[in-house]
Amino acid sequence: MSTAAPVVARSLVKRFGDFTAVDSIDIEIAPGEAFGFLGPNGAGKTSTMRMIGCVSPRTSGELRIFGLDPATDGRAIRSRMGVVPQLDQLDNELTVTENLLIYGRYFDISKRDALAKAADLLAFAQLEEKANSKVDPLSGGQKRRVSIARSLINDPDLLLLDEPTTGLDPQARHVLWDRLYQLKEQGATQVITTHFMDEAEQLCDRLVVMDGGRIVAEGSPQGLIGEHVRREVLEVRFGYGRNEEMVPQVDGVGARIEVLPDRLLIYSDDGESALSELHRRDVVPESSLVRRSSLEDVFLKLTGRTLVE
Amino acid sequence: MFRQIKVSVGLAAIVQPAMFLLGVGLGIGELVDAGGNTDLLDGQPYFAFYSTALLATTAMFVLTQEAMWPTLDGFTWGEANRAMIATPLTPTDVLAGKALHYLVRGVIAVGGTALVLALFADTRSLGLIPGVAAGVLCGLAFAMPIAAFTATQEYDTAFPAILRFGITPMFLFGGAFYPIEQLPDWLEPVAWFTPLWHGVELTRGSVLGGLGAEMALLHIGVLAAFVLGGTLWARWSFTRRLLV
Repeated sequence: MSTAAPVVARSLVKRFGDFTAVDSIDIEIAPGEAFGFLGPNGAGKTSTMRMIGCVSPRTSGELRIFGLDPATDGRAIRSRMGVVPQLDQLDNELTVTENLLIYGRYFDISKRDALAKAADLLAFAQLEEKANSKVDPLSGGQKRRVSIARSLINDPDLLLLDEPTTGLDPQARHVLWDRLYQLKEQGATQVITTHFMDEAEQLCDRLVVMDGGRIVAEGSPQGLIGEHVRREVLEVRFGYGRNEEMVPQVDGVGARIEVLPDRLLIYSDDGESALSELHRRDVVPESSLVRRSSLEDVFLKLTGRTLVE
Repeated sequence: MFRQIKVSVGLAAIVQPAMFLLGVGLGIGELVDAGGNTDLLDGQPYFAFYSTALLATTAMFVLTQEAMWPTLDGFTWGEANRAMIATPLTPTDVLAGKALHYLVRGVIAVGGTALVLALFADTRSLGLIPGVAAGVLCGLAFAMPIAAFTATQEYDTAFPAILRFGITPMFLFGGAFYPIEQLPDWLEPVAWFTPLWHGVELTRGSVLGGLGAEMALLHIGVLAAFVLGGTLWARWSFTRRLLV
């Protein structure tokens, strides 16, 4: 694996007609790093990912993958890359093994080598018993794992995962996270887009928060939380539509208050004592909850909007 | 993929032309030949005249269909083409794969038709071999431009119109059932510009003879121009569709 940064972007821009999907972003991803793009739908994550994947020409700016230019060396770059697309693009009528074999042939891997590799990958993806099953009847989680296995057929130096767990049930997500974590331990560089905060916190060493095509924050998940919000959040509900009018009465209880239609978020280093303070003031919410701050709160603070709307 | 459907593809390649032959060729052939005047058909029995055109029309039907729904599927529902360009393959490679598929599919369909024709004394000839090549060339003259068009489409709504107002009229007026000299004078030149007429003349001439070298070259040239033009267009539209 090359020691140079696998992905470097400077003032990278992508426009579709008048619409600017990616608005001059700078990123540098280190070898072996799990790097995340976090943001709501339409933030520019997938457009960025497609440019890195050499399937979308950039409008302007610099982009180097493994030190090469996607505009001229797309084929060479893609031969060292694995892509797990947002929607599984599997051949449903073929068996799991055939899917991997044909994909391997696209990389000019011999049939024999591809079959051997496919067997290894299916063991890794815990799909050995499905090797000769057609793809169509598999569950969503199993199809995702076939997609991941397929993306590894060429031993990629860089793995692109576009919303890898969207649409999966919690159990299937955890199986997938486990596999991705194992890959990371083996040293593969991963680029992940997601709009799930917990996923970013689980999988990413470092991430950028995107909104409207721009990068609004960058750092490690814990670093971003420490930098932008307090350690804990007290969530209180006073009834729909009544939360706004309660703001004066809870003022000063925490370091910062965020008003949502259905609840108030009170940021504090100690959520429990904030709740005690409310009770001391005889302010009794319909319900209350103390939790640790998450990237969701970071996003809310940075953009004024919740992530999944 | 192909392995799984080869039985149905192979059967269709034999059964479909056989039905057309028996239904139209033999049935109407009886009537026409009973009229006694086959001058217009260069002295050929109607069965031979009509059945040799099937080499071209079968290719047209089969490859037009292939260039429509199954090709659109790669761009939309199945997204197989997107999976391919995430590998070292380029949109031009994807197109080359499609073209190869059309070629194989065309050889099977036209080859099946030729096998059926070889059963009948009127059409049993070594000319069936170049006839198959001519039929496949005619099919590709449809497949490549239609594939190019398909790559520009989100939905399949335009396909029935192309079949109804493009392909079916060509089948009826393109010289398969009767010489285009029989058409009204104003319609005859229209036929000259359709790939099907050139394909029919070429397949018929290959099997039954009576086609001069110059005319044969002209037909080949026109069909090749459709294939080449369609390929260039498809290269552009595949790239535009896949690299956005």
